[in-house]
Amino acid sequence: MAHAGHHDDHAHGPRKGIARWLTTTNHKDIGTMYLVFSLLMFLVGGAFAFVVRAELFQPGLQLVNPAFFNQMTTMHALVMVFGAVMPATVGLANWMIPLQIGAPDMALPRMNLFSFWLLAFAFLLLLSTFLMPGGAPASGWTLYPPLVLQTGEAFPLAIFAIHLMGASSIMGAINVIVTIVNMRAPGMTLLKMPLFTWSWLITAYLLIAVMPVFAGAVTMLLTDYFFQTSFFNAAGGGDPVLYQHVFWFFGHPEVYIMILPAFGIVSEVISTFSRKPIFGYEAMVYAIASIAFLSFIVWAHHMFTVGMPLSGQMFFMLATMLIAVPTGVKIFNWTATLWRGSITFEPPMLFALAFLFLFTIGGFSGLMLAIVPVDFQYHDTYFVVAHFHYVLVPGSVFALMAAVYYWLPKWTGHMYDMRLAKLHFWLSAIFVNVLFFPQHFLGLAGMPRRIPDYAAQFADWNMVSSIGAFGFGLSQLLFVWLIVKCARGGERATAGVWEYQHGLEWTVPSPAPYHTFDKAPEVR
Amino acid sequence: MTIANRFMKRSVVAGAGAMLAALPARADWSLINMSEGVSVLSREIYDMHMIMFWICTAIAVVTFGAMILAMIRFRKSRGAVADHKLLHNARLEAAWTIVPVIILIAMAIPSVEKLVRIEDTSGSGLTVKVTGHQWYWQYEYLGTDVTFYSRLARSSDFARQKGSGIDPRSVENYLLEVDNPLVIPTGVKVRLLLTANDVIHAWWVPDFGMKRDAVPGFINEMWISVDEDKPGTYRGQCAELCGADHGFMPVVVEAKPEAEFAAWLLNQKKVATSVAATE
Repeated sequence: MAHAGHHDDHAHGPRKGIARWLTTTNHKDIGTMYLVFSLLMFLVGGAFAFVVRAELFQPGLQLVNPAFFNQMTTMHALVMVFGAVMPATVGLANWMIPLQIGAPDMALPRMNLFSFWLLAFAFLLLLSTFLMPGGAPASGWTLYPPLVLQTGEAFPLAIFAIHLMGASSIMGAINVIVTIVNMRAPGMTLLKMPLFTWSWLITAYLLIAVMPVFAGAVTMLLTDYFFQTSFFNAAGGGDPVLYQHVFWFFGHPEVYIMILPAFGIVSEVISTFSRKPIFGYEAMVYAIASIAFLSFIVWAHHMFTVGMPLSGQMFFMLATMLIAVPTGVKIFNWTATLWRGSITFEPPMLFALAFLFLFTIGGFSGLMLAIVPVDFQYHDTYFVVAHFHYVLVPGSVFALMAAVYYWLPKWTGHMYDMRLAKLHFWLSAIFVNVLFFPQHFLGLAGMPRRIPDYAAQFADWNMVSSIGAFGFGLSQLLFVWLIVKCARGGERATAGVWEYQHGLEWTVPSPAPYHTFDKAPEVR
Repeated sequence: MTIANRFMKRSVVAGAGAMLAALPARADWSLINMSEGVSVLSREIYDMHMIMFWICTAIAVVTFGAMILAMIRFRKSRGAVADHKLLHNARLEAAWTIVPVIILIAMAIPSVEKLVRIEDTSGSGLTVKVTGHQWYWQYEYLGTDVTFYSRLARSSDFARQKGSGIDPRSVENYLLEVDNPLVIPTGVKVRLLLTANDVIHAWWVPDFGMKRDAVPGFINEMWISVDEDKPGTYRGQCAELCGADHGFMPVVVEAKPEAEFAAWLLNQKKVATSVAATE
């Protein structure tokens, strides 16, 4: 072969020591870095939530002052959204998309590494704002003006961190699209791709569409703050509500950016452990695409109380209700995949099934929130907090945990401790409900969100919720311990790992060699 | 049974026990459900909320039932063999696309009707301008000189300081009491014009069914009409994050019978005139 001289370059393993992680362009290494980073941020964001729930354990202010409380809620959200959930999905994309489509690596490996380090430095910047005079941003993760313009020295750093995160996400998204479009193995037509890869292809388009919009919104904040523009200042002819429209035009697709890859994961896991291909594969793809499309025309349902024309309220209500249709199709198809299957309950399946039930509960409260007249009551209460935590925690996060338990043997080459994993599942599944279900009650009973202290009638359910939070948070330490244990050793995993699986990732040995699919596989 | 399994079962039982023990001693629906409130709007909104709740519950029974049935009947441990031919079913898939659309239309019709009524602020008998400040409210009775500020009551303000040593439970209406409540007549459509002086706030009393943002530089409208037979004091809070003391700017409204309200307003007008005269 003419390339014989170069052969060694391609076959070499990773570099030794820290240099491996600083200079690698290998999709598996970068995927690992994203996943480890995400786990770290999950713990950091969790610590912030811990402070919030500890303060809310009983009425009165015991631990922190209100300004710091607001920093905690704001940073909890920013860290969890941009530092934990999104990077986890990117890490999975890096690891699994090339393996699922039979590609040797991501299409743009250097940009891949660059986007990871941009993200890491973005968070270094964002977290450093705690040390600034005035503390970290405290205006909520939505950064609404005029309140956000009262932020202290942290303001420009937070904006710059968001720009870096956005650039990182856009690069990651471009990489995913280029890889999927150009590097599929011969015979891997689009409608043969695994659903995880499909969900990410659509997610990547969403990212490219909306991250620049967010960058634009925060840049306008920056010029309002430093250069006397009046985009969002009524005194200069601007409008604070304009920011909300622009933000949610980004923000609504953003929530689907966090859930669509989860849909992909759950589809794969439910199929594997029902020992049956996914029911209605094409309908699943079209449902994801419809949800992605609808995500662009429902943004104002986040701001029904802001004073919109009647016609606007009706349009956004009806468009939002429509999302229930493709989402319903997905839920029903997952149920039909279980139907006449041969079901077993390994840890990934447990998390996927919990997702199925609990995400659906979040879907119901979402449908209720779409109804404008009742949203006038629900808006900005704990009912909303309960809703989006149901779709994000036992939704996205449980799906991500299912993904880790599903592919961890492929990554490390070891089986993990099944009993520990099941213990982690049951503790998480119970405490997550103790944590978030009572928040529905609090919201309906009239407790606003984002308050550090509350009237006495809210005391009981807040205490229950806090107990759930402590239990859920501590249970996640089991998850960390399990992953460390599995990385260090354990029973050898076979190439197939699970009894019934399909997809190219299961044709390579476990752990997946440093370089896979140097020669494109055959796909029939 | 392994130790881990036994531990799991025990933690499940312990968790459920903790939940039960934490339940409030007496069942009080106002702690877990929306209040029906005291106005036409709040009752309409409550009805819609309950309609949505029961529809969702019915759908949940069917879908969760199917999921649970599948998980029981098609377990490998019970000898279930996967049916690899069950991959599509055009009729079924069409049904579970079309049926939800019909249910959604059934939800949308009453919602739109109610929304039109809610947004109709015409024919009001009194207009009050509400201005949000960091962190208190200002009320102006339009067409009169009557205007005043409404701040968190001192008793709550002392108790809420970190390390105050005061048990919040010992303070009456902790965080839900103000020095000067808004006073409105019952049985009259009261129009509120909402704006803010600094950042965005939101004015909300759950018993009236509505909340609306107070945006600096803009004026929003909403209306309330307290039932004639329901005079009393109604409490709510700012519902849009507005800075450090967002949690400490309650809304308190005293609804008085029309004659009592007229007397109150007359008195306030006298006070306003005498203040103007001494200045």
